[in-house]
Amino acid sequence: MSEPPALPRRAEDLERLEIELLLEGVFRRYGFDFREYAQASLKRRLWRRVYAEHLETIAQLLDRLLHDPRCMERLLLDLSINVTAMFRDPSFYVALREKVVPLLRTYPFTRIWAAGCSTGEEVYSLAIVLQEEDLYEKTRIYATDINEAVLERARTGVFPLDKMQQYTQNYINAGGQRSFSEYYVAAYDSAQFSRSLVDNVVFAQHNLAMDRSFNEFNLILCRNVMIYFDKALQDRVHALFYESLETFGVLALGHKESINFTAFADRYEELDSNERIYRKVA
Amino acid sequence: MNYELIAIGTSWGGLQALSRLLSDLPAEIGQPIVIAQHRAVESPEGALARLLEQHTDRVVRDAEDKDTLEPRHVYLAPPDYHLLVEAGSLALSTEDAVQFARPSIDVMFETAADAYGERAIGIVLTGANDDGAAGLARIKGSGGVAIVQDPDSSERRRMPDAAIAAVDADAILRIEEMGPFLYGLCCEVARA
Ligand SMILES: C[S@@+](CC[C@H](N)C(=O)[O-])C[C@H]1O[C@@H](n2cnc3c(N)ncnc32)[C@H](O)[C@@H]1O
Repeated sequence: MSEPPALPRRAEDLERLEIELLLEGVFRRYGFDFREYAQASLKRRLWRRVYAEHLETIAQLLDRLLHDPRCMERLLLDLSINVTAMFRDPSFYVALREKVVPLLRTYPFTRIWAAGCSTGEEVYSLAIVLQEEDLYEKTRIYATDINEAVLERARTGVFPLDKMQQYTQNYINAGGQRSFSEYYVAAYDSAQFSRSLVDNVVFAQHNLAMDRSFNEFNLILCRNVMIYFDKALQDRVHALFYESLETFGVLALGHKESINFTAFADRYEELDSNERIYRKVA
Repeated sequence: MNYELIAIGTSWGGLQALSRLLSDLPAEIGQPIVIAQHRAVESPEGALARLLEQHTDRVVRDAEDKDTLEPRHVYLAPPDYHLLVEAGSLALSTEDAVQFARPSIDVMFETAADAYGERAIGIVLTGANDDGAAGLARIKGSGGVAIVQDPDSSERRRMPDAAIAAVDADAILRIEEMGPFLYGLCCEVARA
Protein backbone atom coordinates (compact mmCIF):
# COMPACT_ATOMS: atom_id res chain seq x y z
CA MET A 1 0.00 0.00 0.00
CA SER A 2 1.24 3.47 -0.75
CA GLU A 3 1.72 6.14 1.92
CA PRO A 4 -1.11 8.64 2.20
CA PRO A 5 0.11 11.98 0.83
CA ALA A 6 0.86 14.83 3.22
CA LEU A 7 -2.34 16.79 3.55
CA PRO A 8 -2.27 20.53 2.93
CA ARG A 9 -2.07 22.37 6.25
CA ARG A 10 -1.70 26.00 5.46
CA ALA A 11 -3.32 28.31 2.91
CA GLU A 12 -0.11 28.25 0.85
CA ASP A 13 -0.16 24.46 0.70
CA LEU A 14 -3.72 24.52 -0.52
CA GLU A 15 -2.86 27.10 -3.16
CA ARG A 16 0.07 24.96 -4.27
CA LEU A 17 -2.26 21.99 -4.61
CA GLU A 18 -4.75 24.02 -6.65
CA ILE A 19 -1.99 25.19 -8.97
CA GLU A 20 -0.75 21.65 -9.48
CA LEU A 21 -4.25 20.45 -10.28
CA LEU A 22 -4.81 23.33 -12.68
CA LEU A 23 -1.58 22.71 -14.57
CA GLU A 24 -2.29 19.00 -14.74
CA GLY A 25 -5.82 19.75 -15.96
CA VAL A 26 -4.61 22.16 -18.62
CA PHE A 27 -2.08 19.59 -19.80
CA ARG A 28 -4.53 16.68 -19.95
CA ARG A 29 -7.34 18.74 -21.46
CA TYR A 30 -5.39 20.84 -24.00
CA GLY A 31 -1.86 19.42 -24.16
CA PHE A 32 -0.16 22.65 -23.05
CA ASP A 33 2.49 21.78 -20.52
CA PHE A 34 3.27 24.48 -17.97
CA ARG A 35 3.93 22.02 -15.18
CA GLU A 36 7.62 22.85 -14.97
CA TYR A 37 7.48 26.61 -15.35
CA ALA A 38 8.93 28.85 -12.64
CA GLN A 39 6.41 29.19 -9.82
CA ALA A 40 6.46 32.85 -8.83
CA SER A 41 5.76 34.25 -12.26
CA LEU A 42 3.23 31.52 -13.07
CA LYS A 43 1.34 32.14 -9.85
CA ARG A 44 1.13 35.89 -10.51
CA ARG A 45 -0.30 35.25 -13.93
CA LEU A 46 -2.80 32.65 -12.77
CA TRP A 47 -4.16 35.02 -10.14
CA ARG A 48 -4.38 37.81 -12.68
CA ARG A 49 -6.58 35.54 -14.79
CA VAL A 50 -8.65 34.51 -11.74
CA TYR A 51 -9.49 38.17 -11.05
CA ALA A 52 -10.05 39.04 -14.70
CA GLU A 53 -12.62 36.23 -14.88
CA HIS A 54 -14.26 37.53 -11.69
CA LEU A 55 -13.50 34.30 -9.88
CA GLU A 56 -12.16 33.75 -6.41
CA THR A 57 -9.94 30.70 -6.43
CA ILE A 58 -7.55 28.90 -8.72
CA ALA A 59 -9.75 25.82 -8.43
CA GLN A 60 -12.64 27.83 -9.88
CA LEU A 61 -10.40 28.87 -12.73
CA LEU A 62 -9.63 25.21 -13.42
CA ASP A 63 -13.34 24.49 -13.63
CA ARG A 64 -13.84 27.23 -16.21
CA LEU A 65 -10.74 26.22 -18.17
CA LEU A 66 -11.89 22.62 -18.49
CA HIS A 67 -15.29 23.60 -19.83
CA ASP A 68 -14.52 26.73 -21.83
CA PRO A 69 -11.76 26.64 -24.46
CA ARG A 70 -12.03 30.42 -24.91
CA CYS A 71 -10.93 30.83 -21.31
CA MET A 72 -7.91 28.69 -22.15
CA GLU A 73 -7.08 31.05 -25.01
CA ARG A 74 -7.20 33.99 -22.64
CA LEU A 75 -4.95 32.20 -20.17
CA LEU A 76 -2.47 31.35 -22.91
CA LEU A 77 -2.13 35.03 -23.71
CA ASP A 78 -1.50 35.75 -20.02
CA LEU A 79 1.11 33.04 -19.77
CA SER A 80 3.13 33.87 -22.83
CA ILE A 81 5.73 36.50 -22.17
CA ASN A 82 6.91 37.65 -25.58
CA VAL A 83 8.66 40.87 -24.70
CA THR A 84 11.70 41.33 -26.91
CA ALA A 85 13.65 44.02 -28.76
CA MET A 86 16.11 44.47 -31.58
CA PHE A 87 19.68 44.41 -30.31
CA ARG A 88 18.47 43.93 -26.75
CA ASP A 89 21.69 44.08 -24.70
CA PRO A 90 23.92 45.75 -27.33
CA SER A 91 27.04 44.49 -25.56
CA PHE A 92 25.94 40.94 -26.38
CA TYR A 93 26.05 41.69 -30.10
CA VAL A 94 29.48 43.28 -29.73
CA ALA A 95 30.71 40.04 -28.16
CA LEU A 96 28.99 38.07 -30.89
CA ARG A 97 30.92 39.99 -33.53
CA GLU A 98 34.24 39.83 -31.73
CA LYS A 99 34.22 36.33 -30.31
CA VAL A 100 31.71 34.18 -32.16
CA VAL A 101 31.90 35.48 -35.73
CA PRO A 102 35.60 34.53 -36.06
CA LEU A 103 34.69 30.96 -35.08
CA LEU A 104 31.82 30.83 -37.54
CA ARG A 105 34.15 31.97 -40.31
CA THR A 106 36.09 28.74 -40.00
CA TYR A 107 33.10 26.70 -41.21
CA PRO A 108 32.12 26.33 -44.85
CA PHE A 109 28.47 26.46 -43.81
CA THR A 110 26.84 27.49 -40.55
CA ARG A 111 23.63 26.39 -38.89
CA ILE A 112 22.18 28.59 -36.13
CA TRP A 113 19.23 27.89 -33.86
CA ALA A 114 17.41 30.83 -32.26
CA ALA A 115 15.24 29.07 -29.68
CA GLY A 116 12.34 31.04 -28.20
CA CYS A 117 12.68 33.77 -30.82
CA SER A 118 9.32 35.39 -30.02
CA THR A 119 8.27 37.99 -32.62
CA GLY A 120 11.64 37.83 -34.35
CA GLU A 121 13.47 41.02 -33.37
CA GLU A 122 16.42 38.93 -32.18
CA VAL A 123 16.56 37.00 -35.46
CA TYR A 124 16.54 40.15 -37.58
CA SER A 125 19.30 41.59 -35.37
CA LEU A 126 21.36 38.45 -35.80
CA ALA A 127 20.82 38.47 -39.57
CA ILE A 128 22.00 42.09 -39.74
CA VAL A 129 25.21 41.22 -37.90
CA LEU A 130 25.81 38.25 -40.17
CA GLN A 131 25.20 40.32 -43.31
CA GLU A 132 27.60 42.98 -42.17
CA GLU A 133 30.19 40.34 -41.39
CA ASP A 134 29.71 38.73 -44.82
CA LEU A 135 28.61 35.46 -43.29
CA TYR A 136 24.94 35.52 -44.03
CA GLU A 137 25.15 33.83 -47.44
CA LYS A 138 26.55 30.66 -45.96
CA THR A 139 24.25 30.57 -42.96
CA ARG A 140 20.91 29.01 -42.22
CA ILE A 141 19.00 30.23 -39.16
CA TYR A 142 16.31 28.05 -37.60
CA ALA A 143 14.10 30.34 -35.54
CA THR A 144 11.65 28.56 -33.28
CA ASP A 145 9.09 29.34 -30.62
CA ILE A 146 6.31 27.44 -28.87
CA ASN A 147 3.82 30.12 -29.89
CA GLU A 148 2.63 30.05 -33.52
CA ALA A 149 1.10 33.53 -33.25
CA VAL A 150 4.44 35.22 -32.54
CA LEU A 151 6.12 33.27 -35.36
CA GLU A 152 3.50 34.57 -37.74
CA ARG A 153 4.45 38.11 -36.77
CA ALA A 154 8.15 37.29 -37.01
CA ARG A 155 7.70 36.12 -40.61
CA THR A 156 6.25 39.47 -41.65
CA GLY A 157 9.26 41.48 -40.41
CA VAL A 158 7.05 44.42 -39.56
CA PHE A 159 7.84 46.20 -36.30
CA PRO A 160 6.40 49.36 -34.74
CA LEU A 161 7.94 52.50 -36.18
CA ASP A 162 8.02 54.22 -32.81
CA LYS A 163 10.57 51.67 -31.62
CA MET A 164 13.08 52.58 -34.33
CA GLN A 165 14.70 55.37 -32.38
CA GLN A 166 15.58 53.03 -29.53
CA TYR A 167 16.60 50.24 -31.93
CA THR A 168 18.84 52.62 -33.86
CA GLN A 169 20.62 53.53 -30.65
CA ASN A 170 20.93 49.85 -29.73
CA TYR A 171 22.26 49.08 -33.19
CA ILE A 172 24.94 51.73 -32.90
CA ASN A 173 25.92 50.53 -29.42
CA ALA A 174 26.00 47.00 -30.78
CA GLY A 175 28.73 47.95 -33.24
CA GLY A 176 26.51 48.44 -36.28
CA GLN A 177 28.46 49.46 -39.38
CA ARG A 178 25.87 51.12 -41.56
CA SER A 179 22.94 53.40 -41.15
CA PHE A 180 20.20 51.43 -39.42
CA SER A 181 17.51 52.92 -41.64
CA GLU A 182 19.00 51.07 -44.62
CA TYR A 183 17.40 47.91 -43.27
CA TYR A 184 13.78 49.00 -43.28
CA VAL A 185 11.18 50.99 -45.13
CA ALA A 186 8.84 53.11 -43.06
CA ALA A 187 5.15 53.02 -43.87
CA TYR A 188 2.62 54.81 -41.67
CA ASP A 189 3.32 53.58 -38.16
CA SER A 190 5.37 50.53 -39.04
CA ALA A 191 8.82 49.58 -40.26
CA GLN A 192 9.02 46.81 -42.86
CA PHE A 193 12.39 45.12 -42.61
CA SER A 194 14.24 43.97 -45.70
CA ARG A 195 13.14 40.54 -46.94
CA SER A 196 16.76 39.71 -47.64
CA LEU A 197 17.26 39.40 -43.88
CA VAL A 198 15.02 36.35 -43.74
CA ASP A 199 16.06 34.68 -47.02
CA ASN A 200 18.01 32.14 -45.01
CA VAL A 201 15.71 31.88 -42.03
CA VAL A 202 13.29 29.05 -41.34
CA PHE A 203 10.61 29.93 -38.79
CA ALA A 204 9.08 26.88 -37.18
CA GLN A 205 7.08 25.93 -34.13
CA HIS A 206 9.07 23.96 -31.57
CA ASN A 207 8.37 23.30 -27.90
CA LEU A 208 11.54 23.13 -25.82
CA ALA A 209 9.71 21.28 -23.07
CA MET A 210 8.52 18.43 -25.26
CA ASP A 211 10.06 18.33 -28.72
CA ARG A 212 13.30 16.68 -29.73
CA SER A 213 16.45 17.94 -31.31
CA PHE A 214 16.10 18.43 -35.07
CA ASN A 215 19.61 19.20 -36.31
CA GLU A 216 23.24 19.83 -35.35
CA PHE A 217 24.16 23.45 -34.84
CA ASN A 218 27.26 25.64 -34.69
CA LEU A 219 25.49 28.25 -32.61
CA ILE A 220 22.42 28.16 -30.41
CA LEU A 221 20.85 31.32 -28.97
CA CYS A 222 18.36 30.90 -26.17
CA ARG A 223 18.02 34.18 -24.37
CA ASN A 224 15.45 35.05 -21.74
CA VAL A 225 13.46 31.91 -22.35
CA MET A 226 14.68 29.49 -19.71
CA ILE A 227 14.20 32.06 -16.94
CA TYR A 228 10.53 31.08 -17.12
CA PHE A 229 11.33 27.41 -16.50
CA ASP A 230 12.00 25.65 -13.22
CA LYS A 231 15.35 24.01 -12.59
CA ALA A 232 14.31 20.53 -13.68
CA LEU A 233 13.05 21.77 -17.03
CA GLN A 234 16.12 23.97 -17.45
CA ASP A 235 18.28 20.90 -17.01
CA ARG A 236 16.32 19.00 -19.66
CA VAL A 237 16.58 21.87 -22.12
CA HIS A 238 20.30 22.10 -21.45
CA ALA A 239 20.53 18.40 -22.32
CA LEU A 240 18.66 19.12 -25.55
CA PHE A 241 21.04 21.95 -26.45
CA TYR A 242 24.09 19.92 -25.57
CA GLU A 243 22.90 17.15 -27.84
CA SER A 244 22.08 19.65 -30.61
CA LEU A 245 25.46 21.38 -30.63
CA GLU A 246 28.38 20.03 -32.51
CA THR A 247 31.68 19.90 -30.66
CA PHE A 248 33.04 23.46 -30.33
CA GLY A 249 29.55 24.77 -31.03
CA VAL A 250 28.54 27.92 -29.16
CA LEU A 251 25.67 28.43 -26.71
CA ALA A 252 24.49 31.96 -25.92
CA LEU A 253 22.19 32.60 -22.95
CA GLY A 254 20.55 35.73 -21.57
CA HIS A 255 22.55 38.26 -19.57
CA LYS A 256 21.59 36.91 -16.18
CA GLU A 257 21.41 33.20 -16.96
CA SER A 258 24.23 30.91 -16.06
CA ILE A 259 25.21 27.42 -17.02
CA ASN A 260 27.19 27.05 -13.81
CA PHE A 261 24.62 25.25 -11.76
CA THR A 262 23.46 22.86 -14.43
CA ALA A 263 24.63 19.32 -15.07
CA PHE A 264 26.46 20.54 -18.18
CA ALA A 265 28.70 23.16 -16.58
CA ASP A 266 31.91 21.22 -17.16
CA ARG A 267 31.10 20.44 -20.79
CA TYR A 268 31.51 24.06 -21.84
CA GLU A 269 34.17 26.73 -21.59
CA GLU A 270 33.38 30.41 -21.29
CA LEU A 271 33.90 32.46 -24.43
CA ASP A 272 32.61 35.60 -22.74
CA SER A 273 31.59 35.36 -19.12
CA ASN A 274 29.75 38.68 -18.93
CA GLU A 275 27.68 37.94 -22.00
CA ARG A 276 27.08 34.31 -21.04
CA ILE A 277 28.52 32.87 -24.22
CA TYR A 278 29.80 29.32 -23.88
CA ARG A 279 31.55 26.84 -26.12
CA LYS A 280 31.01 23.11 -26.01
CA VAL A 281 34.33 21.40 -25.43
CA ALA A 282 33.55 17.90 -24.22
CA MET B 1 9.05 35.27 14.68
CA ASN B 2 12.11 34.22 12.74
CA TYR B 3 12.42 36.54 9.80
CA GLU B 4 14.12 35.05 6.78
CA LEU B 5 14.19 37.74 4.12
CA ILE B 6 14.62 41.50 3.93
CA ALA B 7 13.25 43.14 0.76
CA ILE B 8 14.00 46.78 -0.02
CA GLY B 9 12.57 49.05 -2.72
CA THR B 10 13.68 52.52 -3.72
CA SER B 11 14.16 54.84 -6.69
CA TRP B 12 15.28 58.49 -6.64
CA GLY B 13 17.87 59.01 -3.90
CA GLY B 14 18.19 55.28 -3.38
CA LEU B 15 21.93 55.00 -3.80
CA GLN B 16 22.64 57.23 -0.82
CA ALA B 17 19.91 55.72 1.34
CA LEU B 18 20.99 52.16 0.54
CA SER B 19 24.64 52.98 1.18
CA ARG B 20 23.79 54.32 4.59
CA LEU B 21 21.44 51.47 5.44
CA LEU B 22 23.95 48.81 4.47
CA SER B 23 26.87 50.45 6.23
CA ASP B 24 24.82 50.74 9.44
CA LEU B 25 23.46 47.22 9.34
CA PRO B 26 24.69 45.24 12.35
CA ALA B 27 26.86 42.32 11.34
CA GLU B 28 24.68 39.87 13.25
CA ILE B 29 21.88 40.30 10.73
CA GLY B 30 22.38 37.31 8.48
CA GLN B 31 19.14 37.35 6.49
CA PRO B 32 19.54 37.58 2.72
CA ILE B 33 18.58 40.99 1.37
CA VAL B 34 16.92 41.63 -1.99
CA ILE B 35 16.80 45.13 -3.45
CA ALA B 36 14.84 46.61 -6.33
CA GLN B 37 16.21 50.03 -7.20
CA HIS B 38 14.89 51.73 -10.32
CA ARG B 39 17.78 52.47 -12.63
CA ALA B 40 18.55 53.16 -16.25
CA VAL B 41 18.55 50.20 -18.64
CA GLU B 42 21.96 51.12 -19.92
CA SER B 43 23.60 51.41 -16.49
CA PRO B 44 26.85 49.50 -16.78
CA GLU B 45 27.03 45.87 -15.73
CA GLY B 46 27.35 45.57 -11.96
CA ALA B 47 27.98 49.29 -11.35
CA LEU B 48 25.44 49.69 -8.56
CA ALA B 49 26.69 46.54 -6.85
CA ARG B 50 30.24 47.85 -6.86
CA LEU B 51 29.17 51.18 -5.38
CA LEU B 52 27.18 49.55 -2.61
CA GLU B 53 29.87 47.00 -1.86
CA GLN B 54 32.12 49.85 -0.68
CA HIS B 55 29.76 50.37 2.24
CA THR B 56 29.49 46.84 3.56
CA ASP B 57 31.43 43.64 3.88
CA ARG B 58 28.46 41.64 2.65
CA VAL B 59 28.53 40.17 -0.84
CA VAL B 60 26.56 42.54 -3.09
CA ARG B 61 25.74 41.62 -6.68
CA ASP B 62 23.18 41.65 -9.44
CA ALA B 63 20.85 38.70 -9.08
CA GLU B 64 21.04 35.85 -11.57
CA ASP B 65 18.24 33.58 -12.59
CA LYS B 66 17.74 30.71 -10.09
CA ASP B 67 20.24 32.14 -7.60
CA THR B 68 19.99 30.40 -4.24
CA LEU B 69 19.42 32.91 -1.45
CA GLU B 70 22.50 32.82 0.78
CA PRO B 71 22.88 34.33 4.23
CA ARG B 72 24.63 37.71 4.36
CA HIS B 73 24.26 38.21 0.61
CA VAL B 74 22.66 41.24 -0.99
CA TYR B 75 20.97 40.69 -4.37
CA LEU B 76 20.05 43.54 -6.70
CA ALA B 77 17.35 43.36 -9.35
CA PRO B 78 19.35 43.68 -12.60
CA PRO B 79 18.51 46.58 -14.91
CA ASP B 80 15.65 45.75 -17.30
CA TYR B 81 14.53 42.61 -15.44
CA HIS B 82 11.92 42.00 -12.79
CA LEU B 83 13.25 40.18 -9.75
CA LEU B 84 10.91 37.49 -8.42
CA VAL B 85 11.38 35.78 -5.08
CA GLU B 86 10.76 32.05 -4.77
CA ALA B 87 11.17 29.96 -1.61
CA GLY B 88 14.93 30.01 -1.08
CA SER B 89 15.80 31.25 -4.54
CA LEU B 90 15.33 33.99 -7.12
CA ALA B 91 13.98 34.14 -10.65
CA LEU B 92 14.02 36.84 -13.30
CA SER B 93 11.47 37.95 -15.84
CA THR B 94 11.40 40.32 -18.79
CA GLU B 95 7.64 40.72 -18.75
CA ASP B 96 6.26 44.18 -19.36
CA ALA B 97 7.15 47.03 -17.07
CA VAL B 98 4.69 47.44 -14.20
CA GLN B 99 3.81 51.12 -13.67
CA PHE B 100 6.63 51.98 -16.09
CA ALA B 101 9.19 50.19 -13.93
CA ARG B 102 11.35 47.18 -14.70
CA PRO B 103 12.50 46.15 -12.16
CA SER B 104 9.22 46.70 -10.38
CA ILE B 105 9.31 46.97 -6.59
CA ASP B 106 5.71 45.74 -6.40
CA VAL B 107 6.55 42.55 -8.29
CA MET B 108 9.48 41.81 -6.00
CA PHE B 109 7.48 42.54 -2.84
CA GLU B 110 4.44 40.55 -3.95
CA THR B 111 6.49 37.48 -4.75
CA ALA B 112 8.43 37.91 -1.49
CA ALA B 113 5.11 37.98 0.36
CA ASP B 114 3.99 34.84 -1.45
CA ALA B 115 7.18 32.93 -0.82
CA TYR B 116 7.97 34.13 2.71
CA GLY B 117 4.66 35.32 4.18
CA GLU B 118 5.08 36.31 7.82
CA ARG B 119 8.82 35.70 7.60
CA ALA B 120 9.37 38.64 5.22
CA ILE B 121 10.39 42.21 6.07
CA GLY B 122 9.63 44.86 3.45
CA ILE B 123 11.22 48.32 3.44
CA VAL B 124 10.28 51.28 1.23
CA LEU B 125 12.90 54.02 0.97
CA THR B 126 13.11 57.36 -0.84
CA GLY B 127 11.65 57.58 -4.34
CA ALA B 128 9.73 59.73 -6.76
CA ASN B 129 6.83 57.46 -7.71
CA ASP B 130 4.29 55.10 -6.15
CA ASP B 131 5.94 51.78 -6.89
CA GLY B 132 6.25 49.53 -3.85
CA ALA B 133 3.12 50.69 -2.01
CA ALA B 134 0.89 47.87 -3.23
CA GLY B 135 3.64 45.31 -2.73
CA LEU B 136 4.35 46.48 0.81
CA ALA B 137 0.65 46.12 1.57
CA ARG B 138 0.91 42.51 0.36
CA ILE B 139 3.85 41.82 2.65
CA LYS B 140 1.96 43.27 5.59
CA GLY B 141 -1.23 41.45 4.57
CA SER B 142 0.64 38.14 4.57
CA GLY B 143 1.76 38.75 8.13
CA GLY B 144 5.18 40.25 7.37
CA VAL B 145 6.68 43.50 8.61
CA ALA B 146 6.28 46.81 6.74
CA ILE B 147 8.88 49.53 7.29
CA VAL B 148 8.91 52.92 5.56
CA GLN B 149 11.54 55.62 5.52
CA ASP B 150 10.34 58.77 7.26
CA PRO B 151 9.15 60.96 4.35
CA ASP B 152 10.41 64.18 5.96
CA SER B 153 13.92 62.79 6.00
CA SER B 154 13.76 61.17 2.55
CA GLU B 155 15.45 62.73 -0.46
CA ARG B 156 12.17 62.23 -2.37
CA ARG B 157 9.09 61.70 -0.26
CA ARG B 158 6.57 60.48 -2.81
CA MET B 159 7.40 56.77 -2.54
CA PRO B 160 7.37 56.69 1.28
CA ASP B 161 4.19 58.82 1.33
CA ALA B 162 2.45 56.42 -1.04
CA ALA B 163 3.54 53.43 1.05
CA ILE B 164 2.28 55.03 4.26
CA ALA B 165 -1.04 55.77 2.58
CA ALA B 166 -1.38 52.16 1.45
CA VAL B 167 -0.16 50.30 4.53
CA ASP B 168 -0.47 50.59 8.26
CA ALA B 169 3.31 50.53 8.58
CA ASP B 170 4.93 48.81 11.55
CA ALA B 171 7.59 51.49 11.67
CA ILE B 172 8.35 54.81 10.00
CA LEU B 173 12.03 55.48 10.51
CA ARG B 174 14.85 57.78 9.59
CA ILE B 175 17.53 55.95 7.65
CA GLU B 176 19.91 55.95 10.63
CA GLU B 177 17.27 54.29 12.80
CA MET B 178 16.83 51.33 10.48
CA GLY B 179 19.90 49.34 11.49
CA PRO B 180 19.03 49.22 15.19
CA PHE B 181 15.38 48.50 14.42
CA LEU B 182 16.25 45.61 12.12
CA TYR B 183 18.64 44.31 14.74
CA GLY B 184 15.75 44.24 17.19
CA LEU B 185 13.57 42.34 14.73
CA CYS B 186 16.08 39.92 13.36
CA CYS B 187 18.36 39.22 16.28
CA GLU B 188 16.80 39.96 19.64
CA VAL B 189 13.43 38.37 19.00
CA ALA B 190 15.09 35.31 17.57
CA ARG B 191 17.16 34.92 20.69
CA ALA B 192 14.26 35.37 23.10
C1 LIG C 1 10.77 36.85 -23.31
S1 LIG C 1 10.70 36.02 -24.86
C2 LIG C 1 12.40 36.06 -25.35
C3 LIG C 1 12.60 36.56 -26.75
C4 LIG C 1 14.03 36.72 -27.21
N1 LIG C 1 14.76 35.48 -27.19
C5 LIG C 1 14.75 37.79 -26.43
O1 LIG C 1 15.63 37.49 -25.61
O2 LIG C 1 14.43 38.95 -26.60
C6 LIG C 1 10.40 34.33 -24.38
C7 LIG C 1 9.88 33.44 -25.52
O3 LIG C 1 10.00 32.06 -25.13
C8 LIG C 1 8.91 31.36 -25.68
N2 LIG C 1 8.71 30.09 -24.97
C9 LIG C 1 8.18 29.90 -23.74
N3 LIG C 1 8.13 28.59 -23.46
C10 LIG C 1 8.63 27.93 -24.54
C11 LIG C 1 8.84 26.56 -24.85
N4 LIG C 1 8.49 25.59 -23.98
N5 LIG C 1 9.40 26.25 -26.04
C12 LIG C 1 9.76 27.22 -26.92
N6 LIG C 1 9.59 28.53 -26.68
C13 LIG C 1 9.03 28.89 -25.50
C14 LIG C 1 7.75 32.33 -25.53
O4 LIG C 1 6.71 32.01 -26.43
C15 LIG C 1 8.42 33.68 -25.82
O5 LIG C 1 8.26 34.05 -27.16
